[in-house]
Amino acid sequence: MSLADFRGRTVVLVFYPLDFSPACTDQLSVYQEVLPQIEDAGVTLIGISVDSSWAHRAFRKQLGLTMTLLSDFEPKGEVTRAYGAYLEGVGHGNRSLVLIDPDGVVRWVHESPTPAEIPGANLIFDALAALAPGG
Amino acid sequence: MDLACPHCAATWGRITALPARLAFRHFPVASKHPRAPALHAAAEAAALQGGEPAFWAFVDSIYRDPGRIDDPHLWERARSLDLDLARFDADRRSSVASERVRRDFETGIRAGVAGTPAIFVAGELVTGDLEAAL
Repeated sequence: MSLADFRGRTVVLVFYPLDFSPACTDQLSVYQEVLPQIEDAGVTLIGISVDSSWAHRAFRKQLGLTMTLLSDFEPKGEVTRAYGAYLEGVGHGNRSLVLIDPDGVVRWVHESPTPAEIPGANLIFDALAALAPGG
Repeated sequence: MDLACPHCAATWGRITALPARLAFRHFPVASKHPRAPALHAAAEAAALQGGEPAFWAFVDSIYRDPGRIDDPHLWERARSLDLDLARFDADRRSSVASERVRRDFETGIRAGVAGTPAIFVAGELVTGDLEAAL
């Protein structure tokens, strides 16, 4: 599965540093809680990190995550870097949210000042509301 | 606050010792703490029967003894608060309790909460030292 498979849908990409880190666990756990509301809005939420697909599988299982997690493992960080979210010299991505419309156009980006700062899910809802007709 | 969150339990002792008026908001993160929704509903059930004193006592008992959170432990806590057990059980499974918890959770999401504990002082999320924020 790759990003291209989601063309034609509104997608929120969630770049995050690492599976199982405390802050990433908090972030994706909270997003999972509001995932039904995001999906009800016709939006697909996808997590991306530099972890392997095996790490993703274990992370999803531990937290009961139902969202898709994509592996930016090889070449390491290539997709994350393309979206400007890779932290050179650190070895993983920053926390960055990217809203892409069904035509594949990036409509909104939020990048945390540091990986320690978790973007609340309210930012996603605000961005979706702003892009909705009449928003 | 998440009643199944160990960091919240650790913070509870500190915030209850502060000279501040507390307002509690439910923020159970079920994927991280599967037992959390049941604990929050139980706290609301205590409140439905025993009012605010029972609510705070119930929350305090959970945080001070976080390892005992199965149903028999909740019944034990309810008995110690002189709550009617049958009503407590019915209330904690009621939509009144779950809807109240969900309302708080949604409020937290709108306020930008992305993890627990999340503490607000005068409407601002505290990201550094809590005592300094006060």
